[in-house]
Amino acid sequence: MQANTVLSGPAAAPDPDPAEMHDAGPPPAPVPRRRRILPKGWAGQAGLMALSLLAGLAIWQMGSSQGWNLYVNFANIPSPGQVGTSMLHNLGASEFYVHLGVSIQRVLVSFALAVIVGVPVGLLMARSRVFRAMAMPYIEILRPIPAVAWIPLAILMWPTEESSIVFITFLGAVFPIVLNTLHGARQTPEVLVRAALSLGASRLDVFRHVILPAALPSVSAGLAVGMGVAWFSLLAGEIISGQYGIGYFTWDAYSMVRTPDIVLGMLAIGLLGTASTAAVNALTAPLLKWQKRTR
Amino acid sequence: MLDILKYQRAGQPRASTGKGAIEIDQVAITFGQGAEAHRAVEATSLKILPGEFVCILGPSGCGKSTLLNAIAGYVAPSAGEVRVDGAKVEKPGPDRGMVFQQYSLLPWKTVYENVAFGPRMAGKSRTEAGSIANTFLGMVGLRKFGSRYPAELSGGMQQRVGIARALANYPSVLLMDEPFGALDAQTRLMMQESLLEIWQKFGTTVVFVTHDVDEAVFLADRVLIMSAAPGRVIEDLKIGLPRPRSTDMAAQPDYIRARQHCLEVIRAESRRAFAEQNA
Repeated sequence: MQANTVLSGPAAAPDPDPAEMHDAGPPPAPVPRRRRILPKGWAGQAGLMALSLLAGLAIWQMGSSQGWNLYVNFANIPSPGQVGTSMLHNLGASEFYVHLGVSIQRVLVSFALAVIVGVPVGLLMARSRVFRAMAMPYIEILRPIPAVAWIPLAILMWPTEESSIVFITFLGAVFPIVLNTLHGARQTPEVLVRAALSLGASRLDVFRHVILPAALPSVSAGLAVGMGVAWFSLLAGEIISGQYGIGYFTWDAYSMVRTPDIVLGMLAIGLLGTASTAAVNALTAPLLKWQKRTR
Repeated sequence: MLDILKYQRAGQPRASTGKGAIEIDQVAITFGQGAEAHRAVEATSLKILPGEFVCILGPSGCGKSTLLNAIAGYVAPSAGEVRVDGAKVEKPGPDRGMVFQQYSLLPWKTVYENVAFGPRMAGKSRTEAGSIANTFLGMVGLRKFGSRYPAELSGGMQQRVGIARALANYPSVLLMDEPFGALDAQTRLMMQESLLEIWQKFGTTVVFVTHDVDEAVFLADRVLIMSAAPGRVIEDLKIGLPRPRSTDMAAQPDYIRARQHCLEVIRAESRRAFAEQNA
């Protein structure tokens, strides 16, 4: 009974008396219609978003200008105005773009490597029991190790700082890609594989025309997650080793007590993460258009 | 054997490629091992002639699809072998076209790409494969739907694409696993008639699995009735109805007799199986 109530939670807003739910007799009460708070459509949404952001900024401004110290200390936090000034300053200087460029390049290289390795490994694991048995232990042991924990070993293993940062970033991206590809490929309906074989497809053709497309919705989810984790790992790598990159910029700002730059670095990281995930989704969308037409 | 020649003479002259002879030689199929072992098909031998339309009729779970899968090359027989035109079946291939019950078109390819897939796999150029695809889509009346995705089509239309796709490789054998089982009665009738038309044009051997007595009698030159698991052929019945066939033949005495006979065999078999279960 308890489970039932929980499952139907949001729809059946006022919880009906549990005893009443035992009776199959009376028809279910109509779901109460919610009153519309927002004006219909896009404009209302955008307006509310802007309003919410403004409110956040106002609280931030008040907190830092009045130096609130409510266990969490706002006194050392730069105000939105200071961050804005820092942003204008940095956007006018070429060095900031070098930091951004280096980070973007690292993520692109690492992510590309993760796709090149991760997708085939995932597909092979899905279709070959031998390969799956061989690869699974590595994945299960290595996957839970966070990127930060790899840093010392990566520095010892790789000849250059650059390669160790790329390695750490690659590790972050590759596991979600492998696991999502594996999951997607294993869901390929066997009848489609049979159909392709009966049409003269080779094993390789089956991979290309059946298993990969069947896995694609899940692969693209894996790519989006992998991209997020790639940024996360990159930042860890850049903070600890490196001379360039937005992570380095942020950490350097902390060391040099340029507090507005810390916040600017964080905002840039957030923006880049969002933009790159959106880019991944935009790039995979054409491959999934059959799915949209299907629904 | 002689009977079949007679029907051919009686009906419309039938195109025949002369290919598509199937030999099932002492084929037995067992799944699992030891105590878990389940015998799906009991040692079975039969020959199917080139161009023959054979229906395998039996209750669900009798191993008729398993036998078909052995001809297709999806399932390796535990004993014996299947030969098509003298060559032992080792794996699936384009010489044996397959039509499944449903949802077997590649959902990420358009209807046109699905039909062109076989010719492309056979190494034909894009243009050549495309013109083959258009020919076969035209034959099943779906040329206009080439740019659609399978899920945008009705079940009956999808099955017509499935047939066009299988035929686009010019297979010598067409294997059909309850292809119309999921369709509504009216669509099914229409599909049966158009299948016969297409078959008469191509003369490929057809092995058609069904549990529907009317469907088997209406379509087939020969109906093979299988027993409940483990499956074996308990009746090999020639259907003497002239070709081309039409749905109004259901009133003819020959049709009624054949149908009656099938039903009797099935009834006797179910009784036997039931008694065996109770013993």
